[in-house]
Parts: sequence; structure tokens; C-alpha cells
Amino acid sequence: MEPAHAADVERVFRAEHGRAVAILIRVFGDVDVAEEAVAEAFAAAVERWPRDGLPPSPVGWIITTARNRAIDRLRREASRADRHAQAALLHARDEPIHEGPVRDEPLRLIFTCCHPALGRAAQVALTLRLLGGLTTAEIARAFLVPEPTMAQRLVRAKGKIRDAKIPYRVPAAANLPERLQSVLAVVYLVFNEGYTATSGAALVRAELCGEAIRLGRRLAELMPDEPEVAGLLALMLLLESRRAARTTAAGELVPLADQDRSRWDQALAAEGRSIVRRCLRRNEPGVYQIQAAISAVHSDAPCAAATDWRQILELYDHLLTCDPGPVVALNRAVAVAEVEGPGPALALVDALDLGSYHLFHAVRADLLRRLGRGTDAVRAYESAIALTENAAEREFLSNRRRSLDG
Amino acid sequence: MSQYMLAIYQPDGEPPPPSFLESVARDLHALNEEIKAAGGWVFSRALHAPSTATVVRLRDRQVVTTDGPYVESKEHIGGFWIVEAPDLDVALAWAAKAARATTLPIEVRPFQDVPEH
Repeated sequence: MEPAHAADVERVFRAEHGRAVAILIRVFGDVDVAEEAVAEAFAAAVERWPRDGLPPSPVGWIITTARNRAIDRLRREASRADRHAQAALLHARDEPIHEGPVRDEPLRLIFTCCHPALGRAAQVALTLRLLGGLTTAEIARAFLVPEPTMAQRLVRAKGKIRDAKIPYRVPAAANLPERLQSVLAVVYLVFNEGYTATSGAALVRAELCGEAIRLGRRLAELMPDEPEVAGLLALMLLLESRRAARTTAAGELVPLADQDRSRWDQALAAEGRSIVRRCLRRNEPGVYQIQAAISAVHSDAPCAAATDWRQILELYDHLLTCDPGPVVALNRAVAVAEVEGPGPALALVDALDLGSYHLFHAVRADLLRRLGRGTDAVRAYESAIALTENAAEREFLSNRRRSLDG
Repeated sequence: MSQYMLAIYQPDGEPPPPSFLESVARDLHALNEEIKAAGGWVFSRALHAPSTATVVRLRDRQVVTTDGPYVESKEHIGGFWIVEAPDLDVALAWAAKAARATTLPIEVRPFQDVPEH
């Protein structure tokens, strides 16, 4: 056997935690039993692998160990007439254990975590906990929620899965598109939570992007025939490729036009672009694919001035037909400003009912500034600043506003 | 198998026109037949208006009877099903059909297991 280190356990944990929990949930029919068993098995691995070497199938070892330890523990509890333990044991007796690549298991688990009967916050927390293997404390930190609140959210969600019998399976074809939307929304929310915030917990939040991309890759592997799954992965990869250029060393926000493009991660961008090209060939567009395509057009431009805004505008037209919301219309107006000028763009923006959205005011402010309407621009910047909670964004807007004073 | 209550939340006040109620009744009949065919039928009835409700409660160890309903609200439970289903998705699919038929919100709640004695 190969020698093993703590880093090996960590790597297996990152890659396989979701699969191990998924398989154990099927074996025991209970989320808590599965979670606890997998945690115990990884704890055992930390102790055993460095001593005995890496087993030939690390995930197989984890699953078998988790199963055996859970059965031992449940037997002890079942003898104390714990009905819950008895039920889990009974379930395990009837469920054969597959150690091979059971593609379905993690997929079942993510559809359970993202079931529409659970609230969005619970879906996100469960997905990170069970598939990502994040601790309750880590999830709480990432979402700026006190740990007991997050713990309670998880307990309640797992209680609902158990008591209401939220099924553990991939939905039937008829419900798949709707149910998949919910899964994709959860993954994208995890990504955005990591991408937009720059508060004290910046490090944890960057990990959220990594986690979302890992989940996205996993989904793309499990559902190769769903173009929107590929679209979401491409979108996340393209956005992530610009992370290093998005902020200055001091944590200030750098808008796309001013970013040092040599700092973009070319490998991530290339991967994202190649997925976008595959999506285009399939020609089954959806909102994630179109957003990824827009991001890819930005990625193609060697400098901001070389951006193909006409193509971006066409893509926004398309996106607006798929997703006719005011936020998409606002983003489209930004493209209109580049193609037709700030005047026509401002007319579009002014027609939108987005007064409580800080970016509405920020876009207006920028258009007013470009039209030479300084006083109006200052007022719009002030509205945007008042509505922004993110410190880096507020700093950026304040700088823009000050530049108009001179 | 688990049991679920599917409760219809109905706004108080004037009932909708008879032609609408007839089409609701037709759709609900079809749904009931479907639930029966699937072996999920336990019970279902519509309730009289909330103004017919009476509340009985204990106050200072004395039973006090008052005009109901108990909860002051613009909507009350207008009727319910008790169904048996293998999991929540099956119950939700029936609830979706009930919501479509009545155009009203349906609350789906699992019953607790019967404790062993």
C-alpha cells in the first residue's frame, strides 16, 4: 500500500464526502445516521491511513467503515429499544451496498437537498453540509449567520426530510426541468455569495466559489445531457477566471473595463469558453448558457476597447426573451450604451421600476456622467451608495462620486 | 406509507358563482377517483363556513364555549383530504391538482406515526 498523509484524507474528503453520505443515506434511510457514520469513518481514516497506507479504494474504505460503525452503534442503541435506530438497522439489512461507481447516489442527494418543499436558505445549507462536507460553523461564517441559527436551520430541514418523507430520488422526467432549476439556483447562489462579498470572511467566501464550481462540475458529470448544467458551469468558470483582477490589493473593486486582463486565469477562461462553444453547437439555449456566452465574449476581448458589444447586445436581447425581468433589462441597457450611446440607454433605464436596487442607480449615475449631467449623476451615485451594503462596492461608488466634484 | 393532510385554504365571504363551483366539483371528483385508484384514499370532506364553528376551551378550569372560529383570519380551512402516500412528492402531486381545480392554496402536512403501546 502507498503511504498516506493527512492531505490524502483531506483530498478524499473534498472529492468523495457527498458520494459517501449519499450512499449511506440509501443504506440507512436516514440523513443523520449517514452523516454521523461518514464523519466517524473519516475520523478513523485520519488515524489509520498514515499508519497503514492509503487503501486501494479510499472511498470504498470510507463507505464500508462508515456502514460497519453505524451498524455497531445502531445495534447498541436498538437494544435500548430506540425505535429510530431499529428502523435504520432494518433498512440497512435490506439495502445491498454498492461500492462501485453508483452515479445516481449524489444526484439523488442533491435533488433531495434542493427539494422545493425546503426553503432556499435550507436548500443551500443542506447542499453545502451534505454534498460539500462543510461544517455547520463554516457555513454559518460564510453566510454571516450565527452558528446556532445555522445549526437550527439544518436540524429543521433534516427533520422535514424525515417527517414529511421528502423522497430520496432523481425526479421523473416530467418534473426534472423545474426541479433542476432549483438545483442550479442553489449552486449559483453559493457561487454568488462567494463572488460578490468582500467582508472580513473573504477567505471563507472565496472557498464558496470553489465549492460551487466543484458542485457544478459534479452535476455536469452526472447530467451530461442537460445544457443548462453545462451553461452554469461555464458561467462560473468564466467569472472565477477574473477573480484576481476584480479587486486591488487593498480590496477595492475594479470594474471589468479597468481590469488588468493579463491577470485573468487563462486556463479557467479557456475551459469556460470551450463549454460555451459546445453549448452553442447544441443550440438548446437557456438563461445560464446565454449569460455564459456573454461572459465568454468579454473573455475573448484582449482589452476592454476590443469588446464586441454588438454581439453582447444580441445575446442580451435573447436573454431578455428567456428571462424578461427588469434586472436583465438593466444589464442590457449597459450594452445599449456601448453600441448606441448613453442617451438611448438612459431612456431604457429610466423606464425600469428598480428604484430599490443599488445597481439601477449606479448604472444611471454612470450614464448621466457620460452625458455630462454632473449634478444628476452625483444624486444618482448618492442613491446607489445609500442602498449598497457591500463595503467594496460602496467605496468604488464613493470614489466615482468624488471624481465628479472636481 | 405515510399519511398526509391536504387542507384547502378558502377566503371568507361570498362563495364564487355556481358555474365555477360546478367545474371545481367535477375536477375534484376526478382527483378523488385518481387518489382512490392509487390506493391513497382515507377521507375527504368540505366544511361548512367558519361562521358555523364553535370553540370550546378551558378557562380557570371551567369549560367555556364561544362562537368560533378560533383563529381570526380572512382565510380558513374549507375542507381537507387525508391521503396515504409513499412519499411527499406523491402527496404534492395530488395537492397540485387540488390547487389547480380550486385555484386555492393547499397546505400539505404529514401526520405523525401512530405510537406503539
